[in-house]
Amino acid sequence: MISSQTVTAASDVAASYRGSDDDARRRLGLAGYLACFKGIVWREILRYLHQRERFLSALVRPLIWLFIFAAGFRQTLGISIIPPYETYVLYEEFIAPGLIAMILLFNAMQSSLSMVYDRETGTMRTLLVSPFPRSFLLLSKLLGGVSVALIQAYAFMLVAWFWGISPPPITEVKLFTFYDAPSWAGSAIPTMTDPIVTSLFSVPALIQPFAGYITVIPAIILAGLMLGSLALFISSVIKQLENFAGVMNFVIFPMFFASSALYPLWRIREASPMLFEICRLNPFTYATELIRFALYGQVDTVSLALVIGCTIVFLAAAVFAYNPSKGLIARRGGPGGSA
Amino acid sequence: MTTMASTGPADTDRTPALVVSNVSHSFGERKVLDRVSLTVEQGAFVVLLGLNGAGKSTLFSLVTRLYDNVSGEITIRGFDVRRRPSQALQRLGVVFQSRTLDIDLTLMQNLKYHAALHGFSGRAATARGTQALELVGLPDRANEKVRALSGGQVRRVEIARSMMHHPDLLLLDEATVGLDLGSRESVMKIVRDLVAKERIGVLWATHLMDEVLRTDQVVILHKGVVLYNGPVPQLLTLTGMSSVREAFRAVTGTQTTIEEAA
Repeated sequence: MISSQTVTAASDVAASYRGSDDDARRRLGLAGYLACFKGIVWREILRYLHQRERFLSALVRPLIWLFIFAAGFRQTLGISIIPPYETYVLYEEFIAPGLIAMILLFNAMQSSLSMVYDRETGTMRTLLVSPFPRSFLLLSKLLGGVSVALIQAYAFMLVAWFWGISPPPITEVKLFTFYDAPSWAGSAIPTMTDPIVTSLFSVPALIQPFAGYITVIPAIILAGLMLGSLALFISSVIKQLENFAGVMNFVIFPMFFASSALYPLWRIREASPMLFEICRLNPFTYATELIRFALYGQVDTVSLALVIGCTIVFLAAAVFAYNPSKGLIARRGGPGGSA
Repeated sequence: MTTMASTGPADTDRTPALVVSNVSHSFGERKVLDRVSLTVEQGAFVVLLGLNGAGKSTLFSLVTRLYDNVSGEITIRGFDVRRRPSQALQRLGVVFQSRTLDIDLTLMQNLKYHAALHGFSGRAATARGTQALELVGLPDRANEKVRALSGGQVRRVEIARSMMHHPDLLLLDEATVGLDLGSRESVMKIVRDLVAKERIGVLWATHLMDEVLRTDQVVILHKGVVLYNGPVPQLLTLTGMSSVREAFRAVTGTQTTIEEAA
């Protein structure tokens, strides 16, 4: 408890506490938006740095897959020469982009989990009563989550580098376009017979040895945004924290296993044509492929278009769900916690 | 009021801090607020009394635009919260019923996050954080983690946070719940000083009758309907009772005291 003397003295500090209109207008300008964005992203990173267990588990999970699962499968699963690879690669090298995508997937779902928790405890209200537009606040939070995922992905790539898994030197950045239309689409979607590879620009010699670590950044950000948007939408659909276990079973595992993260799609096609089509409908496959090609200095056009398209759809759904008048949350009693 | 909100609010000294006009709200078939109207003038301390489930939190959620009011109108200093949410929300400070500080971060980190949510960064955010902590008597605790604070101190930081962007209206939802008597008194004193010196309008939702002073305006909300809205002496005169507690029972027709029900 503080003494009444302290309180009285403290109250004097508030002599100029009412803000002016000029002041109010200024803070909702461009500088205000930037300050808000920086604040939200910085808080996400701070929270992450304070949770060491989260950092460790995010790192250990893909490393177990890399060191144990991939080592075991190396001899049983042969990888033929498929783009972007120009030679036979070890299974560890094939699986690494999928594990980076897995980091993004788990981080997105972790963010979704923390949003459900924030909503249950009411913490989310402090974010949503900000005067900035709700779509901007949600997008900023999303980018905050992607920043955290980026840190995790680089921590993983660093450990993988010590293990001898690293992207090859890149002399030029290329655009890769190839699409094999699904059989059920008939002639509606044209199938390409050969991929088209277009050179975009040369990479300066100085950075060629580690250029893959740079070219992968936009791919990680885009894939992170797509998965984060999906997670944001899921967080609006989940009513209680307990229901989150269902997300593991019905979202994370199916998305991860029914994709090209662990095995090339042609292998899946040989095993089960139906599973192959499911994998091709899975947005996570395109997140993985976008990262895989980016590590080799290539932009996979189809994956890029689908990841951007899915991000727009998922984000629009999330913004709709969190809209106070129209969304799913408004119908059951408020986005910031129960009323 | 409609004209004022749609043509650009006149931010004159006489514009009330909060006007709730004929607001109704339902969750599905269940009506939780029925044509609720109330006004918080600048420099007024309005106590919102109601049992659990009376609709207090729903009303707060509508004022803070956590969900939209579909009927009626809510304005903060003349700005309609639905049509001009940014202008309305930047004039609003809120202390929620549940604790909303991040316990893993320091006081200053929490305050700077809130400052960012209102468009302040860098030195301006730090200065406002320091000023806000001085306001509630905790200037030397800025770099401590929130988890190290007592319940009363957390509440004071939340009040400091709600004042950082210099609002015209302060909403406090059961702000003293779970605090010991001393902490309750200090929180009350801080808020009442803000009303007296800064002429900030305060809407204070509580179930604790001893927090009501004779100079306050009281709104009794019961099952989503405002049963009384006026000064305390008039409430006592109308009901013929000698205390707010008895008057509340008389107005709502309940036998349970509000403290027991909460």
